[in-house]
Amino acid sequence: MSVKKFMYINRKAPYGTIYALEALEVVLIGAAFDQDVSLAFIGDGVYQLTKGQNTEAIGQKNFSPTYSALGDYDVNKIYVEKESLEERGLTLDDLQHLVWEDEDDDWAEKDSIRLVSRAELTDVLDEQDVILSF
Amino acid sequence: MKFSIQVNEGPYQHEAADTAYQFARAALAAGHEIFRIFFYHDGVNNATRLAVPPQDDRNISAQWTALAKEHDLDMVVCIAAAQRRGLMDADEAKRQGLDADNIAEGFRISGLGQLIEAGIESDRLVVFGD
Amino acid sequence: MALLHTVNKSPFESNTFDTCLGLAKDGSTILLIEDGVYAATTGHSVAEKIKNASGISFAVLGPDLQARGLEDKLADGIKVVDYEGFVNLVTEHDSVQSWL
Repeated sequence: MSVKKFMYINRKAPYGTIYALEALEVVLIGAAFDQDVSLAFIGDGVYQLTKGQNTEAIGQKNFSPTYSALGDYDVNKIYVEKESLEERGLTLDDLQHLVWEDEDDDWAEKDSIRLVSRAELTDVLDEQDVILSF
Repeated sequence: MKFSIQVNEGPYQHEAADTAYQFARAALAAGHEIFRIFFYHDGVNNATRLAVPPQDDRNISAQWTALAKEHDLDMVVCIAAAQRRGLMDADEAKRQGLDADNIAEGFRISGLGQLIEAGIESDRLVVFGD
Repeated sequence: MALLHTVNKSPFESNTFDTCLGLAKDGSTILLIEDGVYAATTGHSVAEKIKNASGISFAVLGPDLQARGLEDKLADGIKVVDYEGFVNLVTEHDSVQSWL
């Protein structure tokens, strides 16, 4: 099976619509296929990664803890667009600290989130083979 | 070329299902192959057998069934999305202890892996949604 | 790698068009479909943005223009394609990014 660069685009906020949750479900299943996986959080998509989500009062399942499991699924290239954070008055500190363990580096814990500028993200997107949008 | 198509929205609510259908027809007319059409999110509702739209308008589910039959297409409905929205085939309905099924001919229910496989095996994957 | 980007939202309704424009590399193509075709018309700031994005090719899905009665409001320099042309654009580019 050939290895392709898969990019999952996340541009929507969580809970207002189902796209964030169901996109994550694709990522988790897709992880089993050993492809070169990246996620991009752009625009309102950055809100999916914020800390402190409490969904009890709206009666929906809080699926935000699932993002911290991505590292265990070898999904560790998580691009967050800097301009999208800034436009929304957010910083990296407002987001969950997502990590993965690099088995090629004595299981050292590394950051999964790559804060990139729009220009850098443009280049990343341009390299992708399969781009999934939700 | 080998195409796969992802349909994220249900019939009528968004133009996505229509555009996907027209794209699929055009691709086939041009001699391309469609590896798979994968229905996700509300897109699973394209697979209903029970729609009765007005007579003077297109019947989207029936169009998909006819296209699949004519070209022997693989149209897959995501099981997780289908279960959430109540789209059932006979086996799944029985498994879940439900008293009815509603899937139209030409569609089959399967896992998200089918979407990933479509991305891997196809030359191009095109997503239609909202 | 040259991407084909599709945009299906009116630029007046959502930021999808702007987001796409900001992340499309020079040499890529943006195809306006569904409600996205409104960006292909004249007489507004979006038309200026398209004119200024000189490194990017723009195309618009004819059937969606016709459906919305916009054919005589089409801006210059935007290629009109039908569904067959849409398919061709997909084959001519390395990958497709659908901006929803």
